[in-house]
Amino acid sequence: MNLWKVFTRGIIEENPYFVLALSLCPGLAVTTSVMNGLTMGLTVWFVITSNNVVVSIIRKLINKKVRVPVYITCIATIVTCVQLFLQAYAPDLYKALGVYLDLVVVFAIILARAESVASKNGIVVSFLDGMGMGIGFTIAMIVISVIREILGNGTLLGISLFGPSFQPALIMALPPGAFMLIGFLMAGLKMWNESREKAKQLKGSEG
Amino acid sequence: MSPEAKGQTIGKDANNMQELKLTVSSSPHVRCNETIPKIMWSVVAALVPAAVFGVYYFGMNGLANIVVAIVSAVVFEFLWEKLMHKKITIKDGSAVITGLLMAMCCPPTLPWWMSIVGSFLAIVVCKQAMGGLGANLFNPAHVGRAGLMVSWPVAMTTWTQLNGTVVDGVAGATPLNVFKHGGTDALFQLFGTTDWGTIYQNLFIGTRNGSLGETSTVLLILGGLYLIYKGYVNWQVPVIMIATVGVLMGIGYGPNVALFEMMAGGLIIGAFFMATDMVTAPITLKGQMIFALGCGIITVLIRVLGGYPEGVCYSILLMNALTPLIDRAVKPKVFGEVKTKGAK
Repeated sequence: MNLWKVFTRGIIEENPYFVLALSLCPGLAVTTSVMNGLTMGLTVWFVITSNNVVVSIIRKLINKKVRVPVYITCIATIVTCVQLFLQAYAPDLYKALGVYLDLVVVFAIILARAESVASKNGIVVSFLDGMGMGIGFTIAMIVISVIREILGNGTLLGISLFGPSFQPALIMALPPGAFMLIGFLMAGLKMWNESREKAKQLKGSEG
Repeated sequence: MSPEAKGQTIGKDANNMQELKLTVSSSPHVRCNETIPKIMWSVVAALVPAAVFGVYYFGMNGLANIVVAIVSAVVFEFLWEKLMHKKITIKDGSAVITGLLMAMCCPPTLPWWMSIVGSFLAIVVCKQAMGGLGANLFNPAHVGRAGLMVSWPVAMTTWTQLNGTVVDGVAGATPLNVFKHGGTDALFQLFGTTDWGTIYQNLFIGTRNGSLGETSTVLLILGGLYLIYKGYVNWQVPVIMIATVGVLMGIGYGPNVALFEMMAGGLIIGAFFMATDMVTAPITLKGQMIFALGCGIITVLIRVLGGYPEGVCYSILLMNALTPLIDRAVKPKVFGEVKTKGAK
């Protein structure tokens, strides 16, 4: 398997958020500000990469029948570490993310990568896959939260952009606005992916 | 071949066709004269009197809102269809109706740029993203209004205060809002009278606070009657919806309040122009009647128990979501088909 391909596929072609459509709930819940979205993205990035590595190391020791509980235990351990870290060094962020930090344990994308990649491949492939998927997820979180914070709150990273006369659209700070935004972003990325695919095919037929 | 001879040949062909009476065409073979543009422009015509009254009564900002909403709705439709390489359908009038209805369901003092956002929500998010005219699940005008309501609750509930018949631009409340929070006493105070007849007269003509185009009961009913006369609207739908509200309110508060609730708020415009939307309401008459009944019940529930003073918009949107289920439940039996017991 091409290692570069393994790394880059998670960023656009198989973006965990917009293409695989896994773990959509954090995108609705915590992306109201860029800081929250970024923290969530980095958390998932760290958890997915470390978990892929751990699962890859112990993949031959696990009995197939109990593999899901084992994965969950691994993920929960890593998430707890992140939680303790955030609680100690960024208590405000820890409070803002609230229950969604705990919910990282059951994010579909982490379990999906453990099941489909890490349990079948070596450490290097699993690590690169986790890195790529994590970057893809973090980019998705940043894109959504930047748009939502600007439109729904009139700020970027807490700095007011348009002055006090700007009346933000509250719908963008609420889940319905996030749903609409994610829908349009998904459609846009799909169009882009398809046009790239077409261009690649054309190039292939010419060559 | 000379032009004359050519003409003769064509004439000859035509004669032959007439003699043989043969026409080859694919189905449908029987067509009616109704087209989408014809229906849409009739609906616009039916709405115009009430809109004109709203502009006359609430002032020129109302006119600006209507123009901005219609123009932006048409522009969004054009841009989307252009970008997606679809057929441009702005001439069929459906975007014009959406813009007009949305402006008529919003306060007359709404800032003009909010109308543009509302048109975006209605046309791009609700209608075109779902596949264009005929494929949208929800009434676009009401989606635009609901989106604005969630986004800017203050601007969407700022009503112009009326002194007699003069608008002086001070924030006030609609009759429904006053009644919800203060009961009949507050309502008497608002209209400066204890005579129900005077209140009904104001509501009937439309000299009251409210959204731009929803106030004039008489003009909206006239427009609705025109659509019923043309056959575009089944009379059962508005009658059932308004009657349901009247009956339920009558049971709870007595006949005086019932009549008031039937004419107040956006019930008349909603019942005649939104609940009868050909795209988002059920197909069969039976289904439409269930739809109207549900709209009436949810309207009353929101008006009496909900947080908002008015529930017509949300009731219609909620029932829109149930439309596919209603359609399935009342599906007419296919001719010649026998339902076998226990077969799946």
